[in-house]
Amino acid sequence: MFLINCPYCGERDQSEFKAGGEAHIERPKQPTELSDDEWAEYLFMRKNIKGIQFERWNHAHGCRKWFNMIRDTSNDEIKLIYKMGEKPPKG
Amino acid sequence: MSQNLRVKSSNFIDETSRISFKFNGKTYYGFKGDTLASALLANDIHLVGRSFKYHRPRGIMTSGSEEPNAIVQVGNDKAITEPNVRATEVEIYNGLEAKSQNCWPSVNFDIGGINNFLSPLLPAGFYYKTFMWPASFWEKYEIAIRHSAGLGRSPTKPDTDIYEHRYIHCDVLVIGAGISGIMAAKTATKNNLNTLLLDEKNELGGMTIYQNSEKFKIDNKISSEWLNDEIEELNKLDNLEIKTRTSVAAYHGYNYLLARENLTDHLSKDEKENKVRQRLLKIRAKKVIVATGSLERPLVFNNNDRPGIMLSSAVKKYADYYGVICGKNNIFFTNNDTAYESAISLLKKGINVHCIIDIRENSNSSIVKEAQDLGLKIYWSHTIVDTHGYKRLKQISIMELSKDGQSFANSNKIVLDCDCLGMSGGWTPAVHLFTQSGGKLKFREKDQVFIPNKYQSEQVSIGSCNGDFELDEIIKNSSDILKDFLKIEKTGFDNINVETSKETSKKNIWLLPSDKIVGKTKPFVDYQNDATAKDIKLALREGFRSIEHVKRYTTTGMGTDQGKLGNMHALGIIADTTGVKMGEVGTTTFRPPYTPLTFGTIVGRNVGEYFDIFRRTPMNDWHINNNAEFENVGQWKRAWYYPRGNETMYEAVQRESKATRESAGILDASTLGKIDIQGSDASEFLNRVYTNAWSKLGIGKCRYGLMLNEDGMVYDDGVTTRLGENHYIMTTTTGGAANVMGKLEDYLQTEWPELDVYLTSVTDHFATATIGGPNSKKILNKLIPDLDLSDENFPHMSFKEEKIGKINCRIMRISFTGELSYEINIQASYGKSLWEQCMDAGKEFNITPYGTETMHLLRAEKGFIIVGQDTDGTMTPIDLQMDWVVSKKKYDFIGKRSLYRSDTMREDRKQMVGLLTNDPNTVLEEGAQIISELNQTPVKMLGHVTSSYFSPNLGKSIALAVVKGGKNMMGKKLFIPMEDKTINVTVVDPIFLDKENKKLNA
Ligand SMILES: [Zn+2]
Repeated sequence: MFLINCPYCGERDQSEFKAGGEAHIERPKQPTELSDDEWAEYLFMRKNIKGIQFERWNHAHGCRKWFNMIRDTSNDEIKLIYKMGEKPPKG
Repeated sequence: MSQNLRVKSSNFIDETSRISFKFNGKTYYGFKGDTLASALLANDIHLVGRSFKYHRPRGIMTSGSEEPNAIVQVGNDKAITEPNVRATEVEIYNGLEAKSQNCWPSVNFDIGGINNFLSPLLPAGFYYKTFMWPASFWEKYEIAIRHSAGLGRSPTKPDTDIYEHRYIHCDVLVIGAGISGIMAAKTATKNNLNTLLLDEKNELGGMTIYQNSEKFKIDNKISSEWLNDEIEELNKLDNLEIKTRTSVAAYHGYNYLLARENLTDHLSKDEKENKVRQRLLKIRAKKVIVATGSLERPLVFNNNDRPGIMLSSAVKKYADYYGVICGKNNIFFTNNDTAYESAISLLKKGINVHCIIDIRENSNSSIVKEAQDLGLKIYWSHTIVDTHGYKRLKQISIMELSKDGQSFANSNKIVLDCDCLGMSGGWTPAVHLFTQSGGKLKFREKDQVFIPNKYQSEQVSIGSCNGDFELDEIIKNSSDILKDFLKIEKTGFDNINVETSKETSKKNIWLLPSDKIVGKTKPFVDYQNDATAKDIKLALREGFRSIEHVKRYTTTGMGTDQGKLGNMHALGIIADTTGVKMGEVGTTTFRPPYTPLTFGTIVGRNVGEYFDIFRRTPMNDWHINNNAEFENVGQWKRAWYYPRGNETMYEAVQRESKATRESAGILDASTLGKIDIQGSDASEFLNRVYTNAWSKLGIGKCRYGLMLNEDGMVYDDGVTTRLGENHYIMTTTTGGAANVMGKLEDYLQTEWPELDVYLTSVTDHFATATIGGPNSKKILNKLIPDLDLSDENFPHMSFKEEKIGKINCRIMRISFTGELSYEINIQASYGKSLWEQCMDAGKEFNITPYGTETMHLLRAEKGFIIVGQDTDGTMTPIDLQMDWVVSKKKYDFIGKRSLYRSDTMREDRKQMVGLLTNDPNTVLEEGAQIISELNQTPVKMLGHVTSSYFSPNLGKSIALAVVKGGKNMMGKKLFIPMEDKTINVTVVDPIFLDKENKKLNA
């Protein structure tokens, strides 16, 4: 059970949070301009990495805020948490 | 009963307090402080159970939670009897009743014992191989196998005991209160860390607390006395919580642990009355110190399982701690020094020890010398090749080992008499919790043990679970590790003087040789599952290589003891047989719980009506008082229908439906999700989340909206009302409310943070009564006489803010039934009063309360969908023939692009249609499949029925269905094949009633 440091509330138990899939997938601004394949890429294709993964999390039973998390899926170590809209660190 | 098997030397047993208990129906006596195991041994009872597969007689083998054999059923009350309890962990109390398991008709005469003689026919994988064919016979085999196997009996009545959960947050959690655990708890506490110390036993101090040998001294005191003083000091410290009888079941990531605290299992019936029995502790610790100690291993030799064969440390504990003599004529069998400590302890109490059989060539440690000085006979380089005695050990046969330990130096066999054999195969660090937390092990070649290597979280292992077995090493290394881990200068144990007997040699022979061929021997590795070394070798011959596969095929390590005793032997035998290094074979995965948990502990107080949360509307009491049946919708309890007298559900729903269409009905709609939407971009936001356009909706007007997922599939629907320029109230389906709220927040925060929009869930703030039917206008007029209800002033799909009496309410003229109807929303606390006023005002019009079932029927007549019943996450609005609600003009909304994917534009997608049965009295089954050809193989399935009712207002059966290409099938005849008949149906428009909306605008 993770202990997650919500950027707005502080450390809380995992049971208060919802995982929201891969982070930094931006909704296309002009969907109608996209081909079926391009739209499908946005809609369906997600990475499932063993190792460092960028994820979205939501403090669903708390402040309801979304934020980003970098997590090592092989050992569940949370490397970094940063707010929505902030850019992920390089490297 | 005599207690002549007691020595007068125990500090832990209260001999003045005699306790009576029953075992297998017979009354025995023990003393306060005894476990069931120690009390039985004091009464000269070793035989307590039968093994799982061969039903061999088995005795008490250990003194702790690793016990594989002495598994008993405690209590005979149908509600609280408990199977699979280890006799070594049961503390006796007056009135305790326990009995043997896995034996029939009795432990002394067991019919299943015949399996023992049939055992050449029952090798590893026997059940898999034999009973899989023919498959139809499996049911018959299973009955026979289940009858002769089976571990104990489950309670047959609901548990009457009380359980609870408790959350604990601490700076430091110390698991295990042996010598290193005590050192850790004291050090942490003295450094102002809020500390929790847990131990599964009822007493602190682990094995050291009854160590009375002069050979082991700390600070010039005998080790047990020193530790006693430490514990006394510990008890005086603040900042420290100590819990005994508390076993850590699971160690999860981020130092989250679950422990079971046993509060009343050691008390008599009267004493435990109304008290919490067990408590599940949910612990979040900043730092964890694992001090779980180590487990002594048996030795694997032919017939190493007879009652009377025990671990050497158990024989010692029964004598030193419980004052119980396990045998009158004892022999020890060892590969290390432990058995010498046990033997010396027995000798000093005047208990007869015949000899020690040691597979090592020699040892000159001080403890071995002490044994020799006491005149103890030692057979060096010898091994036991067989044991004798059926229900109790009588004799052993020994032979001298060859130099390599794999065969014998000569053919001489010595037979020795004994009634108790204490064996020691060395010690295995208890690394179970460490690995559960994600920690990785390393193999120490020198003495062949797996010890903690890489730490995952803020944790550390100390003492023998970390591979330190000598007293001086335990104290020095624990102290050093604690300083580093807690970042402190000193521990108070830094320069302490320790005297110990150093072990000079160890020798592991994982499978000891026998003079018989392996196939004729029974060297048990896993006692509870009757897995022998022979089974492991068979599995390897049959091609199994991975330890995980060998484990499952032979069931080694799969009993309630989870391989605590035999895992290392299994690994050793695999390594020896395959020529792979032991460290490379790896271990099997240790999974929680470390010791079994009761279901009661896991569930805690969440039983009966507290099992799940219920949400009830403010009108709930009225529904109950008026005989409503309830339906669960999400977490809500919704009124389903209101039967009168002996009415069935069908009859009640027919009556409610007819009354509503003919005059007036009333529905509690409080459960619909309500989201308050405000902000200067509220209209733009709705444009993006709904399929239709919102900017031009006038203030005070309502509009139906359909919400899609990004994949174009219908997600939710509901009516949204514009309350002001920048203010809307959205309604959602009852079950979808929370998810819709979450989805809208997601888009607002992550995709469109530039929008000025604020969302508030107000579902629970309002109670909603919907009155519908031709007379609803008259009823509302009685409630609010001043309100002009004309179509000009208050048309369909509009909203008024009014007062009923002095109370503000929001009224929407909207309809889910096709009838003229008004949805009255009022502050939740006035909900019941509103409902009663509606009932009073409607009395003269025979206003009829109706539940969800009638609501479903009425809307089906009108062809309105229910998201989740008529849709299943694969239906687009086009599939639902709801093109009218999808804006062609809007550039974008959630899911729009997906409506133009080649797949969503297929003509042959399942589409929503109406179905009429040729016989108007035949009602279809929801979920029934639809076909177009009767004699087709395989038959092509076109779709299924989603909603189906007998409509009292139309006098015929109606149904909604999804059918491939259904849009272009109007008038087509289709078939519904049922088990006993085929039903003929015709495809029709899904709107069955008032297509012109005359009723709505009446
Ligand atoms: Zn938060």
